[in-house]
Amino acid sequence: MGAEVFEPITASLASGGEEAGVSHGILVVNVAPSAVEAAARALRNRFGFDVFLDVTAIDWIGQSPRFEVVWHFYSTEHKVRVRLKTRVPESAPTVASLTPLYGSAAFMERECHDMYGIGFAGNADLRPILLYEGFEGHPLRKDYPKEREQPLVPYRDWVASERGGD
Amino acid sequence: MAADPRIANPVRPAFVTSDREGSVIVSIGPSHPATHGTIQIFAELDGERIVRTDVHCGYLHRGFEKECESHTWHNLIPYVDRLNYCSALINDFAYVDTVERLMGVEITPRCKYLRTLLSEYSRLADHLTCVAASLMEMGAMTAFLYLVMIRDYIYEHLADLAGARVTYSYGRIGGLARDLPDGWLKRLGEILEQYEEFIGRVHGLVDRNRIFIDRMRDVGVLTTAQALDYGYTGPMLRSTGAPRDLRKDTPYLAYAELDFEVPVGIKGDNYDRYYVRMREMDESVHMIRQLMDMIPDGPINVDDRRCTFPEKPVVYGEIESLINHFKLVMEGPRVPAGEIYFAHEAANGELGFYLVSTGEGVPYKVHVRSPSFVHMGGAHLMLDGYQLADLVPTFGSINMIGGECDR
Repeated sequence: MGAEVFEPITASLASGGEEAGVSHGILVVNVAPSAVEAAARALRNRFGFDVFLDVTAIDWIGQSPRFEVVWHFYSTEHKVRVRLKTRVPESAPTVASLTPLYGSAAFMERECHDMYGIGFAGNADLRPILLYEGFEGHPLRKDYPKEREQPLVPYRDWVASERGGD
Repeated sequence: MAADPRIANPVRPAFVTSDREGSVIVSIGPSHPATHGTIQIFAELDGERIVRTDVHCGYLHRGFEKECESHTWHNLIPYVDRLNYCSALINDFAYVDTVERLMGVEITPRCKYLRTLLSEYSRLADHLTCVAASLMEMGAMTAFLYLVMIRDYIYEHLADLAGARVTYSYGRIGGLARDLPDGWLKRLGEILEQYEEFIGRVHGLVDRNRIFIDRMRDVGVLTTAQALDYGYTGPMLRSTGAPRDLRKDTPYLAYAELDFEVPVGIKGDNYDRYYVRMREMDESVHMIRQLMDMIPDGPINVDDRRCTFPEKPVVYGEIESLINHFKLVMEGPRVPAGEIYFAHEAANGELGFYLVSTGEGVPYKVHVRSPSFVHMGGAHLMLDGYQLADLVPTFGSINMIGGECDR
């Protein structure tokens, strides 16, 4: 499914020898961080990928570059999906924002920024969306301990209250 | 307590001062009696009219994706149930289907048809909940009780099957938890007949009701272009007139063999969202009736030692099965290294799972593309410019489910 749709996209997006292939029915293209916006623009304007589904990241801790940012696009015309991937280093985990192309990118980039600390240059509103103001760190990074708690309301010291000392 | 109560404001509104004369900024929620769902909306009001809004979600965030990274592929199933808790079975089946595709497991025919039937049954329950709650918020108590009564028949009926009313944990990688109990399909037929009787009454009470039309028609209008730009899927997108449905466009399970229509709206307003859901319920019932005659006999689980638990008698009787059982419980099913994105048409739209495996029994990453979260990203389009009182029915028609929105 989708081979005739994927061929020109691969020819266009992977013209510089970028890694590309079909995996579980989805065309996957690895692009350089600087080429993300141009690739997304081509997908939207030339190939009819009108729905921006999702952006998330993978934390390959211990590898370099550490983060892999992943975008999914869907075409309601061709009924196929494309996945763009790029690697960014821990020292500068920033990619271009897709908010000029897709309205849905605004909320999803906020989530990805919350969870992985990925910066989206051009998205002026990266306030926390699932987390809260003042939350330290990025919980889906592999070096964020699952047990760490950051309560907004302090826990009651139950030992003291058991003793009647509250 | 003497300790510093460090109660910071958890959200920072996009605007705190009004830039026009006479307008005020109010905070609605996060726990407001007129909205179902924990959500905070900062709204600038000019009289009764909403000028602009800033929508905040996240109050139900519980670290679902983080928690998934320390549990085996099997142990996630109860968590997945709690995403959209109004149609938990669809979440179950979307998740296990994605894992099965990554493993290269093909489910048995009986399992395929049962999952399709139960997905549609769940969609029916989900739409009943959404429509009932929306109507109740506008004061239509009788219609609410009719619909919720049918939903409760469905919940009790699913409890006979899975042992729980809402969160079923019924899907399994490679199959289902158990087969249908005796007489389950007969009772299903009775419930569908009762559904038809009461849905007719709701149509009669509501569809041409002057109050209902005045409050719903031309309120919260969304165009197809806006809906696509904001990533909308499911009934929200279809209400704008776009016949986009993953069950038709990229058929999975047994949908390719079923006869059904994709109802669409004409204007993308609150009335269309109500009517599209009502029509989709009828299509679901039509599909369930077809599926009741299509379910073949046979096993519900694949015979694959990588994911399916061995039968209890052999676990106790032979050492290989005992070890197999032990390994599946302690280490989890080994899913080949790789990544996959797969989506089912859930009650609210495209529910996608993006899974990354490094070949272990525990996922490296689980990401959920939840329709509710995406829909909240464009909620301001349907709120700005309308009356404050319209906020409640419009928000109800979006059907935001905190469990999947905030994860």
